[in-house]
Amino acid sequence: MKHLLSAENLDRDTATALLDTADHLKRTLLGREVRKLPTLRGRTVLTVFYENSTRTRVSFEVAGKWMSADVVNVSATGSSVGKGESLRDTALTLSAAGADCVILRHPASGAAHRLATWLDGTPTAVVNAGDGTHEHPTQALLDAATLRERLGSLAGRRVAIVGDVLHSRVARSNVRLLATLGAEVTLVAPPTLLPAGVERWPVAGISHDLDAELPGLDAVMLLRVQAERMHGGFFPSAREYSIAYGMNETRLRRLPEHAVVLHPGPMLRGMEISSSVADSPRSAITEQVRNGVHVRMAVLYHLLAGEEHAE
Amino acid sequence: MAPRPRGAAGPVDERELLSAGDVARTIARMAHQVIEKTALGSPGAPAIVLLGIPRRGAPLARRLAARIAEFSGHRVPVGVLDITLYRDDLRRRPTRPLESTRLPDGGIDEALVVLVDDVLFSGRTVRAALDALRDHGRPRAIQLAVLVDRGHRELPIRADYVGKNVPTARSEQIAVLLDEVDGRDGVLLRRRSGEEVASP
Repeated sequence: MKHLLSAENLDRDTATALLDTADHLKRTLLGREVRKLPTLRGRTVLTVFYENSTRTRVSFEVAGKWMSADVVNVSATGSSVGKGESLRDTALTLSAAGADCVILRHPASGAAHRLATWLDGTPTAVVNAGDGTHEHPTQALLDAATLRERLGSLAGRRVAIVGDVLHSRVARSNVRLLATLGAEVTLVAPPTLLPAGVERWPVAGISHDLDAELPGLDAVMLLRVQAERMHGGFFPSAREYSIAYGMNETRLRRLPEHAVVLHPGPMLRGMEISSSVADSPRSAITEQVRNGVHVRMAVLYHLLAGEEHAE
Repeated sequence: MAPRPRGAAGPVDERELLSAGDVARTIARMAHQVIEKTALGSPGAPAIVLLGIPRRGAPLARRLAARIAEFSGHRVPVGVLDITLYRDDLRRRPTRPLESTRLPDGGIDEALVVLVDDVLFSGRTVRAALDALRDHGRPRAIQLAVLVDRGHRELPIRADYVGKNVPTARSEQIAVLLDEVDGRDGVLLRRRSGEEVASP
């Protein structure tokens, strides 16, 4: 594996290897006084974020630091990006400055892929940390890690992805990865928040009725309503969205005992999820964040700890 | 002459160094040595923790602990210490899969830790294990037990308990087989006939 650009390109063996590594790292670090491994000593990891983010950037930074990599954070504001430098020139600059790995978040779909093409012939690895409405593969990996931990396995498990599928890179990555790992995914959303061509996605079903789906599920994955990407009326009101698609106590009771609730964050309490559900033991939201660090450590390990890839 | 593909230098010459019975007797002898050298069970003696290095060090440590319990009546805690993340040769090989590290509940602080591995060769694995231990706590002392010492050390490291010393050539391979991993017990010496002349 030279780059991690999308969940779509992850085969079952690679995805499973990444999840296994994350699991081992988690157990290795459990209860330790010194949460620092020397594995990536001397390697330089850059996080380059052209969009706001708290958990993803912090998670990558912590992951890199726990493995002793030197992590440098570059944000679009306060860098030469503000002076009008193109992504390509920024990429070549970062590579020339000695980056072993560039972690990119960008508002344009396909940005990470472009970056990887430009860096062809250099040893720099690229990780897609979210590109527009396209993909966010490490989020899908951490969701899969969390589900595997809570449910024991993913094969044959029924997962509903609920909400703003149209604007969600998290949904796209999860649909692909979960399908690869053998889970059955159902998309639940208002018709206005489903993208064109969704019927060709590898999903078991598409529904507009959350209540009808709940009793047969092993997991519910809620998506954030992405107001910043919405230019137009996709639903009448926040209240109406919440009534039709919000996860609340009543809906939680319709889920089977063992089923778990996930949200990639940042969550809008009262909109996609009620506070009582978010804080209930059925919710795995804080575990998702915790697993995020281990999954990203695993990604860095697989990209940077092996022998140099021949170009 | 066309270069011979690597690993096809000729038929593999295989010799058994230890039979299944020898392996069992060797582990029993090492158990006696550990009991004696650590003064296990006597007043003032430190608590002992056995830590196996995956893969084959892990089942070896469990067997050693079982024999120690049998001979001395003392149950010693056993754990697994994966040292992959501490290796100094990670970038020379494809990405290595990890194993889980599991330390006994009591931890290793102030304990006498006995590292257990199947073969002692360059000493680099043991060096990595010493680094890994430092991140897990502060043992009172660390000792090393290996089933086979085949020589060729690259670091100033020696074992406290050695099942069998085997003089080898660098090009030879020692294969330790354990029932838990390989389906049977034994130690083999493998040599490719004609290997020395085949190397460029």
